[in-house]
Amino acid sequence: MNEKVRMSFIYTVLSVFGLAMIVPFIWMISTSLMTQSEFNKHESTFIPRERYHVWETDAGKQKVLLVTQKGNMSIVHILDKDGKIVKEYQEAPNSQIKEIKKIPSLHWNNYIKAFKKVPFATYFANTLYVSFLSLIGVLITSMLAAYAFARMEFTGREFFFYLFLSMMMVPEPIYLISSYVLLDKIHWLDTYQALIVPWCVNIFTIFLFRQHFKSLPQELFDAAAIDGCSTFGMLWRIMLPLSKPIIATASVFSLIGSWNSFMWPLVMTNRPELRVLQVGLSYFNQEASTQTTLLMAASTFSIVPILILFFLAQKQIIASYAKAGLKD
Amino acid sequence: MKTKWKISPYLYILPAFVLLFAFRLIPIIMSFVISFYDWSIKGTGKFIGLLNYTNMLKDEVFWQSMSNTFWLVIIVVPASIIFSLLFAVMLNQIKVLKGLFRTMYFMPFVTSLVAVSIVWKIMFNEQTGLMNTFLGVVGVEPQKWLSEARGIFEIFFTGMGITLPHWAGGPSQALFAIIIMTVWKGLGYNTIIYLAGLQNISKVYYEAAEIDGASKSRQFWRITLPLVSPTTFYVLLMTTIVSFQAFAQIYLMTDKGGPLNTTKLIVYYIYEKGFDTLEMGYASAVALALFVLILGLTIFQKRLEKHVNY
Repeated sequence: MNEKVRMSFIYTVLSVFGLAMIVPFIWMISTSLMTQSEFNKHESTFIPRERYHVWETDAGKQKVLLVTQKGNMSIVHILDKDGKIVKEYQEAPNSQIKEIKKIPSLHWNNYIKAFKKVPFATYFANTLYVSFLSLIGVLITSMLAAYAFARMEFTGREFFFYLFLSMMMVPEPIYLISSYVLLDKIHWLDTYQALIVPWCVNIFTIFLFRQHFKSLPQELFDAAAIDGCSTFGMLWRIMLPLSKPIIATASVFSLIGSWNSFMWPLVMTNRPELRVLQVGLSYFNQEASTQTTLLMAASTFSIVPILILFFLAQKQIIASYAKAGLKD
Repeated sequence: MKTKWKISPYLYILPAFVLLFAFRLIPIIMSFVISFYDWSIKGTGKFIGLLNYTNMLKDEVFWQSMSNTFWLVIIVVPASIIFSLLFAVMLNQIKVLKGLFRTMYFMPFVTSLVAVSIVWKIMFNEQTGLMNTFLGVVGVEPQKWLSEARGIFEIFFTGMGITLPHWAGGPSQALFAIIIMTVWKGLGYNTIIYLAGLQNISKVYYEAAEIDGASKSRQFWRITLPLVSPTTFYVLLMTTIVSFQAFAQIYLMTDKGGPLNTTKLIVYYIYEKGFDTLEMGYASAVALALFVLILGLTIFQKRLEKHVNY
């Protein structure tokens, strides 16, 4: 195979599969802009379109459903704005009935309808609140612990290190039930702290920071010690400014993680006013299971913030995941 | 540099340690303890020894959930590895539009499982879903997908006029739909990991092979595949562990693991036992069984990795 043929083959395959990867998103957005009847009747797949008839009289225009045409008269149902029938079997002259085609016809108000149907604003606020507080917690606990693991010598360092490591190996579903029992005992069920405090520590982030702190040259610390810098001062004045990229990486992991976390908040909270976005969306999925277009609109606006974060820093995010995977 | 650090290291690890102790270690130990109790939601429950475990071994739904989970893992893991390696090898060779393609492949991984589960549920709808629209375009009759309890092998062979015995039916089409979605969701991550692994392979090998006149496919089998094997082991382990924990797909896309329990995966079963029927002791026993399984597989894969090291 010559090089040109090979490259065009590669590009073709990559495009086909790449398209397959994003088709669900494209379809999600298209569907979110259709009317429900248009979707149910399978009138459009990707480009929302509409065909309907209007009855034009001197008084104005009315949306109608054409039943049949006899001679020069049409029988129509008169519809309201939402497509519901207000008056059945009306007679109108053919000349006053006009067919309207709209391509694309985008129903942006699906987004407003979905947003108003359940308190999504509260869900967004809860998610932001929980995500940011756990992010701050994770950064503080991780940096402190990583500092000790990377640059201090103390009895039991190996023990604690391996204890932490082994806890990372236990997947969340294993301790979900017992965590529920525990939070019940300390009366934390249905509270914000149940969603935040247990997630203010992340073992993986500790290792990420430890790796980075270990790579900093010892001379920096020797020089600082000579200048009389305290242990904490070294963390604050030397390591923190040198750790901005790794802080960014850890923040992205933490934010994406808590934004998307589902099982824990589903189990630990029950009150509607405590629902985070994912839990709220899952309840909406049950309540509005037949309102496909609204479900798609809600799905779209629930992933938009993460997608914005992703597009703003896609290179760094992808590189972070790749690097973190390789370190293991 | 050894100075008089004595208490301070412990103070630094204290915040992390306290949280991990309270919200990881204690629950892990409790989960072990609770598995020996008849534990409903409130109070302390009654000690019943190994009864939860013996009940588990007799529980048909438990075994069905296990076998569903195995089908999922056994299909998702190799499919994900083969596709992601293929994509990574191709992405590694192109220069134009590389960023765009990487973004396209990675997008499903960063989006929330809840939102994409809803989208895929609608995609698999028998009447209005996109999957059947596509099948219609290539002339295949509409499938029932998430509401089809018959096995995929059974459907395939019945279509060819062969009747299979029931045990050879394979995973239900509903579970197969879940499998497709699960592969799609995780593919981007594995692709990126493979891409990083491929970039660590020194160009020298390929140049030498080029001089010796080795074909591209030979280079792939003899250089790329062996040298990328540490990445393969990592991807294998991570995908296995994550696949065993699939939950949200089942919660959102199916009606409680239906039809006929054919999409009930083990973590969903733990959830159902713990929070629907409130048999928390029993659910903990199932959770521990899952943990032993995952731990065993992890150790096995690590052993294997030591044997096959380049």
